[in-house]
Amino acid sequence: MLEIRNLHANIDDKEILKGISLDVKAGELHAIMGPNGSGKSTLANVLAGKPSYKVTGGEVLLENQDLISMLPEERARAGLFLCFQHPVEVPGVRMDQFLRQSFNDIRKSKGEDQLDVLKFDKMLKEKVEIVGIDYSFVKRSVNEGFSGGEKKRNEILQMAVLQPKLAILDEPDSGLDVDALRQVAQAINNLRTDKNAVILVTHYQRILDYVVPDKVHVFVNGTIVQSGDKKLALEIESKGYDKYEERAGKDISA
Amino acid sequence: MTTTNQVLKKVAGEGYKYGFVTDIESDTAPPGLNEDTVRFISEKKNDPDWMLEWRLKAFRYFMTLLEKSATPKWANVQHPPIDFQKIVYYAAPKVKEKLGSLDEVDPEILKTYEKLGISLNEQKLLAGVAVDAVFDSVSITTTFKKELGKKGIIFCSMSDAIQEHPELVKKYLGSVVPYSDNFYAALNAAVFSDGSFCYIPKGVRCPYELTTYFRINYQESGQFERTLIIADEGSFVSYLEGCSAPMFDTNQLHAAVVELVALDDSEIKYSTIQNWYPGDENGKGGVYNFVTKRGICSGRNSKISWTQVETGAAITWKYPSVILQGDNSIGEFYSVALVKGMQQADTGTKMIHIGKNTRSRIIAKGISAGKAQNTYRGLVRVQPKADQARNFTQCDSLLIGDKCGAHTTPYVEVKNKSAHLEHEAYTSRVSEDQIFYCNQRGISIEDANALIINGFCREVFKQLPMEFAVEATRLLEANLEGAVG
Repeated sequence: MLEIRNLHANIDDKEILKGISLDVKAGELHAIMGPNGSGKSTLANVLAGKPSYKVTGGEVLLENQDLISMLPEERARAGLFLCFQHPVEVPGVRMDQFLRQSFNDIRKSKGEDQLDVLKFDKMLKEKVEIVGIDYSFVKRSVNEGFSGGEKKRNEILQMAVLQPKLAILDEPDSGLDVDALRQVAQAINNLRTDKNAVILVTHYQRILDYVVPDKVHVFVNGTIVQSGDKKLALEIESKGYDKYEERAGKDISA
Repeated sequence: MTTTNQVLKKVAGEGYKYGFVTDIESDTAPPGLNEDTVRFISEKKNDPDWMLEWRLKAFRYFMTLLEKSATPKWANVQHPPIDFQKIVYYAAPKVKEKLGSLDEVDPEILKTYEKLGISLNEQKLLAGVAVDAVFDSVSITTTFKKELGKKGIIFCSMSDAIQEHPELVKKYLGSVVPYSDNFYAALNAAVFSDGSFCYIPKGVRCPYELTTYFRINYQESGQFERTLIIADEGSFVSYLEGCSAPMFDTNQLHAAVVELVALDDSEIKYSTIQNWYPGDENGKGGVYNFVTKRGICSGRNSKISWTQVETGAAITWKYPSVILQGDNSIGEFYSVALVKGMQQADTGTKMIHIGKNTRSRIIAKGISAGKAQNTYRGLVRVQPKADQARNFTQCDSLLIGDKCGAHTTPYVEVKNKSAHLEHEAYTSRVSEDQIFYCNQRGISIEDANALIINGFCREVFKQLPMEFAVEATRLLEANLEGAVG
């Protein structure tokens, strides 16, 4: 599904990603864990094509297509979805209109039929239930005045509607209380199939109590310092990132 | 990768779809303005004496202003001085006789309106919309006259109204905007040649959206139309005007006057979709849109609501206003003004609170792209006897790119301590983050911009009648094509 080879990326001429390699297969869920400022959110944004980041080396293939040369909207149409850590507000644009445009633009790019308002609304109602939010939600302006939890759920709702091949979830758990966390996790599980893949970026282990990863990668200072299975996440939970940060520090000085 | 900035650099005044010229013979006055011009127009219109006298008074007053070069200079717009002696003050398509039915209208003109997307054929019209079509200086036809007549509603050209309903015209013409009001209002009063007239009798709710489409066709002409709407006690009317003009590399002057009179318990909703030719990307050509619009809520519990979507014209100078004279009367102003390229807009409103418990609401949305300048100018005045007057003002600006400007100039004059005024204003840009967010959902940069800008205008668009809201959205998108990033 996704192959990342020795990826380097800068923001404002400062190198943030220092050679990332990662293989994600269909049906898998990879958790990327790391301390603040380790570059894990940068990876999410670079994969989605955020213009302020500059790729300086390496390659990324999504189903054997070169991702780096594609525009952000082309990546989205190819099936890549980013669940934003801090979704922006788009005042006056209703959620359902926004989602319908998004949904239909993606379909159009594949030469598929567009859904009219009624059909789309019916589908949206089903998705709203899966994600566990009130339907009145979609009549509000995109993220405007949403609480932290509502913004996260809104991102998950969009994922449910768009059904991406590769979903990159950038800290979908931050700022959620336990109940909301469980609901978001449940929604993520509901959406998993053996044909799509998920990269879950998180600071804390606790969401992994509900969403079981196939692989866990520890991210420090722009590189992956350790990969393992679910147990690695538990180890970080008890011992923190200190061990890895020290090691990364040594690597730099060496 | 195409960044927002690269798209921005494509800024151009492309895609004005209504820029064609209709090839038809015109009956015109010689260029220039003197007493003979006024008499010429008056004669063409077969004016009664009182009308000619009013015109001449206005003309003499205008000449005193012109001698002093007393053009309004306070607006935040710049243009070379207008040579009022070069303008053709009357241009009408040549017809043999007075038009009796649509069959007698020049097919070229009908085609013009078809091209603009406006059918003058009653069968083909949108359900519930009656149209008056004004071509250069004269009204071509008015639809659904008979059906409206059954309810006692008068909807006709101003010329017809002067002939057929002189008592109403005499009573109300100039009662809201006197000829001495301002420079362009004086000019209009002297040389106006047509426009729409509308009277809704007591207790009648007008079943149609009344619509006037103004079209400038003749290159050297000015358009000076005058619209007068009177809503009698307990009546309601929704009226809409649309405007377009061919692309010429000279400037055309459009100096219209609109007067609204709302009597007790009546309501007038007046919507404008203005798409005059804005000139090319270097600022050559385009219409000077210098318009005086004012309504008076003379009766108790009356309401006047202005909604305007201003996307065209090289320069827009207009302040649709409401005089809130009747107790408990309500004035509203909803505006979207989009400027791009070298366009300039100085627009806003005046809300004059005179009666008790009068309320006003102002929602102004300015969008600037390219090198364009957009100014909101508004006055809220509360007179000494206007107890418990309330006003809410919100004026927001959206900037696209870094070469345009947005200016907000609110004036407040309060002479009654019980008044309650609120004012909100913010300026924002379409942010890179918003664009990226949309892109990440598969939406292209152009569509993302349209989405964000429509969202910005939503409060105003929802005031428009349904069909026209769709039209306004489309117009905005067409105007922004290639102009945003």
